[in-house]
Amino acid sequence: MSTPAHDAALLRGLTRPRARGPLTRRDALRAAGLSAAGLGLAACGVQGRTTAPPEKDAVAEYWTGKQQNGTLRFANWPLYIDKAGKRYPTLERFTRDTGIRVTYREAIQDNPSWFGKIQPQLAANQDIGYDLMVMTNGIHLGRAMALGYLVPLDHSRLPTFAANAGPRFKDPAYDPGNVYTVPWQSGITGIAYNPKYVDEEITRIADLWNPRYKGKVGMMVDTQDIANFALLSLGVDPEYATEADWRRAAARLQEQRDAGIVRKYYENDYVDALVRGDVWVCMAWSGDIFQQVAEGQDLRFTVPLEGGTIWTDNMCVPKTARNPVDALTFMDYVYRPPVATALAEYINYIPPVPATQDLIRKDAAGADGEDRESLKLLAGSPLIFPAAADLARLRTYQTLSGTSEKVFERIFQPVTQG
Amino acid sequence: MRRRITPYLLVLPGGLWLLAFLVVPLVFMASVSTQQGDVVTGFTQAFRLANYTDALVAYRTQFLRSAGYGLAGTGLALLLGYPVAYWIAFRGGAHKSTYLLLVLLPFFVSFVLRTVAWRFLLADDGILLRPLKDAGLLPEGFHVLQTAAAVIGGLTYNYLPFMILPIYVALERIDPRVVEAARDLYATGRAAFTRVVLPLSLPGVFAGVLMTCVPMTSDYVNASILGGPANTMIGNIIQTQYLVNNDYPAGAALSFILMAAMLAGIFAYARALGTENVLRVVAR
Repeated sequence: MSTPAHDAALLRGLTRPRARGPLTRRDALRAAGLSAAGLGLAACGVQGRTTAPPEKDAVAEYWTGKQQNGTLRFANWPLYIDKAGKRYPTLERFTRDTGIRVTYREAIQDNPSWFGKIQPQLAANQDIGYDLMVMTNGIHLGRAMALGYLVPLDHSRLPTFAANAGPRFKDPAYDPGNVYTVPWQSGITGIAYNPKYVDEEITRIADLWNPRYKGKVGMMVDTQDIANFALLSLGVDPEYATEADWRRAAARLQEQRDAGIVRKYYENDYVDALVRGDVWVCMAWSGDIFQQVAEGQDLRFTVPLEGGTIWTDNMCVPKTARNPVDALTFMDYVYRPPVATALAEYINYIPPVPATQDLIRKDAAGADGEDRESLKLLAGSPLIFPAAADLARLRTYQTLSGTSEKVFERIFQPVTQG
Repeated sequence: MRRRITPYLLVLPGGLWLLAFLVVPLVFMASVSTQQGDVVTGFTQAFRLANYTDALVAYRTQFLRSAGYGLAGTGLALLLGYPVAYWIAFRGGAHKSTYLLLVLLPFFVSFVLRTVAWRFLLADDGILLRPLKDAGLLPEGFHVLQTAAAVIGGLTYNYLPFMILPIYVALERIDPRVVEAARDLYATGRAAFTRVVLPLSLPGVFAGVLMTCVPMTSDYVNASILGGPANTMIGNIIQTQYLVNNDYPAGAALSFILMAAMLAGIFAYARALGTENVLRVVAR
């Protein structure tokens, strides 16, 4: 792959650590004392197969006669919504504006175990206890779609989404036409490093193979995550990789592992290891590193020259939902720019509503002191609002069919599970 | 008549419990373990015994590694736990129950949290290794986390009370007069221990070894928190098969292989070291 011209400094905009910001997700993390556990929200970025859209009638058939019930049961990841003490301002505002009361639970730790929990219930047509849930584009979301576990969305009731969602967030490859999902937040998988131990600038995926960092490199345990990085380093676009490319990529990863360069294949516990110095260079999610930098840790994040990957966490409605209309109302509600802004200012990943950037700038102008700095950092960060040139270097994940998924796992799983 | 029924009535709740939550799932899993297909297209019963051989061939390294870690951890727990149990039983005095509580105290904190705490203690630049490296006692690149030592250490730490408690119970039951009698018969302290105390405590050791070795071998938390790429245990593989791949047949087959291997191990162990036999051998 060619390396497009770009402003490298822009991508590494998070150079100066700040003393301490006011954003509450960080406080929550600190209070929890275990950022590893708290940062579990970032999800693994894998993408599953796409499915044929349901028949037109399916939408009408499902939604006809459905009514708003005034309650919504929402399952989300930890620290993935704005929080003030024990209260959720956005949810309270939603209740005020729509009359729908929300039961909010941080029930999802990762996609595989969540899918494992709900799969038997949905297969048996039982209520899973939630009307709305957030899943990353990936194998498990793909399985949920293929198995008919998700409700096809009635877009006539999603006008705010249609009006305000960024073009990148509409009609994604993993769910053409947003038939089953609309995005909650997105994030970038790139490379983070700790300049306390690394005295050069990390710019390439190839740096993860540098023997200088033997035993100090962290990779992700998710097979699609590592496969994508290996493919990109070989100059192959993951979206168009063939089985032969997969084998070459797996060999390259095996080589890295056998040379003792990889310290560990991490789930979402890499941040602590990176801060403590157990690993010096590590695959990382943008929001995690943004949080750490905003909290005062001296870490750098880079979208590698060979390319990085972008993933999206999506809202979807399980087929056994009791309050689907309420869920749909909420899905549309979070696309109101002021609501999206409140969420973005707390969550620090990539919001699906581009208009939030200006609104955050406006909020910054109205704030003072640390708040102002913090919001300015947020609005100016290429990790939250990537420039077009950066987006061009970000790849989405290959959509795998059932059989190719098995082949893929058989090729890449031995790397992490030796 | 009633008297004859009573014992059966007493065993009924426990029996039903085991039937519903052990036997039924086991039968169900056994059936799953020979099925074919995937989660999307559905699984069908194909009586595919190759699931077992496939699993065994693909993951023999992890099976052997788990056995090795389990045995090493058990041995370590025995070495550490026996003296502790001995000390509490014979030297604990009036505060025995306090010491026992102290042994159990870590259980009041979540298993996962205790293991995660190790990650902090053993960090490359952490409070333990940094001073040693600064003093030149350890090379700069030295690390404990993501090594077999860290995983075995974590296993030992987490299951140590299961070794201490049964040994303590066995030792506690020994009549002190038996030891006095040995001494009166001119046994040295060492002889009194090896000829009297140790044989009498062997049932406790037997139980302790079973209670630690089995869960250690099938553990996956320690390997995933403290281990690295070369420390994957069979528990981690089973977890991946079930939760990540949703390959339930492979996971079930692996579980049954593990169960069979451990049962075989336990029977061999019980036969070789069956407490009665051991008593007879040692007493001679």
